[in-house]
Amino acid sequence: MQTEKLLKELTDAVGPSGREDRAAQIILDFFSNGDGRCWISELRRDRLGNIILRKAGQGEHPPRIMLAAHIDEIGLIVTALEDGFIRFSTIGGIDQRVLLGQEVIVHGREDLPGVIGAKPPHLQQADERNKAVKIEDMTIDLGLAPERMAALVRVGDPITIKRSCGALKNSFYAGKAMDDRAGVVALVECLRRLKDYNHEAEVLVVITVQEELGVRGAFVSSYGLNPDIGLAVDVTHGEMPGLADYEGFKLGQGPVIVTGPPVHPLIFDKLKAAAEAGKVKYQVEAAETPRGTDAYAIQIAQAGVASGLVCIPLRYMHTSVETLALDDLKETGRLLAEFIMQIDRAFLEGLECY
Amino acid sequence: MLLKELSELNGVSSGETAVRHFIRNRIQGRVDRIQTDRLGNLIARCDQGKKGPLVMLSAHMDEVGLMVVGIDASGLLKIKTIGGIDERVLISKRVFVGPQRIPGVIGAKPIHLQEREERERPVKTTGLFVDIGATDRNDAEKDVKIGDLIAFDVQAGPFGDGLFKGKALDDRAGCAVLMNLMENEYDLPLAYAFTVQEEVGLRGATVAAYGLNPDLALVVETTSAGDVPPLKKHQASTRLGAGPAISFMDRSVIVKPALIERLVAVAEEAGIPYQFRESASGGTEAGVINQTRSGIPVAVISIPCRYIHSPVGVLNLDDFAQTIKLIDAFLRNIAQRGLPV
Repeated sequence: MQTEKLLKELTDAVGPSGREDRAAQIILDFFSNGDGRCWISELRRDRLGNIILRKAGQGEHPPRIMLAAHIDEIGLIVTALEDGFIRFSTIGGIDQRVLLGQEVIVHGREDLPGVIGAKPPHLQQADERNKAVKIEDMTIDLGLAPERMAALVRVGDPITIKRSCGALKNSFYAGKAMDDRAGVVALVECLRRLKDYNHEAEVLVVITVQEELGVRGAFVSSYGLNPDIGLAVDVTHGEMPGLADYEGFKLGQGPVIVTGPPVHPLIFDKLKAAAEAGKVKYQVEAAETPRGTDAYAIQIAQAGVASGLVCIPLRYMHTSVETLALDDLKETGRLLAEFIMQIDRAFLEGLECY
Repeated sequence: MLLKELSELNGVSSGETAVRHFIRNRIQGRVDRIQTDRLGNLIARCDQGKKGPLVMLSAHMDEVGLMVVGIDASGLLKIKTIGGIDERVLISKRVFVGPQRIPGVIGAKPIHLQEREERERPVKTTGLFVDIGATDRNDAEKDVKIGDLIAFDVQAGPFGDGLFKGKALDDRAGCAVLMNLMENEYDLPLAYAFTVQEEVGLRGATVAAYGLNPDLALVVETTSAGDVPPLKKHQASTRLGAGPAISFMDRSVIVKPALIERLVAVAEEAGIPYQFRESASGGTEAGVINQTRSGIPVAVISIPCRYIHSPVGVLNLDDFAQTIKLIDAFLRNIAQRGLPV
């Protein structure tokens, strides 16, 4: 129950890239005053806003494992106020076609409900419907007189889609910002499991910022921590019509362990071994590019980090109805805990001779 | 709030039962007779002991939406639109499926896996589906069946300065106007028709008008407010906050001048703001009512509403209140002075 509650609370919270504070506060509260307080040894935040949760390891020089999931979400941003309506641009990769007729919240001097207006079919020309409406042709209606709007909204104010996370059948959940608050929740799950175990490795859970703008939070946090091993925990595409079999992963069939350029081969093997030891059902994805997740940055921090990538299958990524299976998220947390339990100094030495 | 309750009920054309039951329960005891006809129209009469011309007031209960036309092997629901919906507003929305209101979402292919030119083309409904979280077809069929109707999941409520937003304001706002008018006593026989299937061809009003055979009909509707970008001033047939809109014609009907003059006179006498609907296009139930039997005089009064037929419409609560006032004054005027000739 607690996992669902945290997922809902986090995904409902506001936090587009560069404006993550309100979502981040939920994690800060959970680990400074809430249940998470006794699961970690130290909490801090760096200058970009990354949250670092450290759980001590054993011995003088424990292996240091960084696990990263990003808390920022895609969003919109006010670019102009025009005749009582708002013009806007995107924060992160947004398909213009998901915006029409959408309710939004403009985060001005206060949170203001708005609507991205859709021209009624009655007023459209015949050929209009064959073209997607461009973002530059859309406006947000706040229902406010121009002067009142000007007092409450400024250029640069962030905008999020108004969407509350809700359950579908079979413990599937749909909402906004599952990418990658689902990963954040999986890391909380992992720490929850680790609280009762003595593991040799030092665990550095990093809740990163600005992933959607080019994994910026991961660059500085991995530089600062310089871990021995770094795992990114993100989402990957869930199966759906229009995707090839290899592009979409099954919901409810467990975490996806990624192989390819962003992943050290021995980390990939170890993740699979951990899954098998813990009887965690998993899937394997071949990524042809190092780009797309925090692993891209972590891998090349300082003199290089042995990196890995674990993903939660997610349908309809970068829409406001991103859909996942709660079990996948819990199992991802379990897989990560299993992995951490298996890491010792001897394993680290092997990472440089393969 | 009545408007909120009405907006959040689901009543996609041909599936108006929830709306009908709600209205029926609310108006019981307030009218002389209530009857549901074979198409599902709810007809409420206040006519006992009343003399004078029979006036029919109509507002439609149905809304645009979607229908489940297939379930694929993976448990996703294939859909078609019901009524005039721009397919481009469907993506990335929450919906309710069927009478049990099973939650679902309309997903879309992630931007990461699209070609650039894909984003310039709208996704047709043939490429869209509703995901209810089913694991396969059998699992989906436990909760959903072919033919189930689908409505948007949108919460109605106050918006901006004195505005109100929600789905299906077209024409639950009209239904709310009728229900408000029922609170009053008029010295002439009245028939309130809450009609079905307006959005798929004015089908309910056709039989309701035949059955009632009124001397005058007044259609209470919502109409597109064009006071929004990118529409130019000359494209805006109505605007929010300027009062109820009186139609002189649309593509289905041309209103008798005497009727328009009477409405205007009543509004001006009572100091009620009004506007003309500055357009001759669009269609309402007025057309079919006008051509019922040997012809029935009909007028249309509309509440301006932005973004109709999309998941969220916006109207002005003062326009709503003034619409009730105008019709109230008009009915009193007819009771006193008789029909305009």
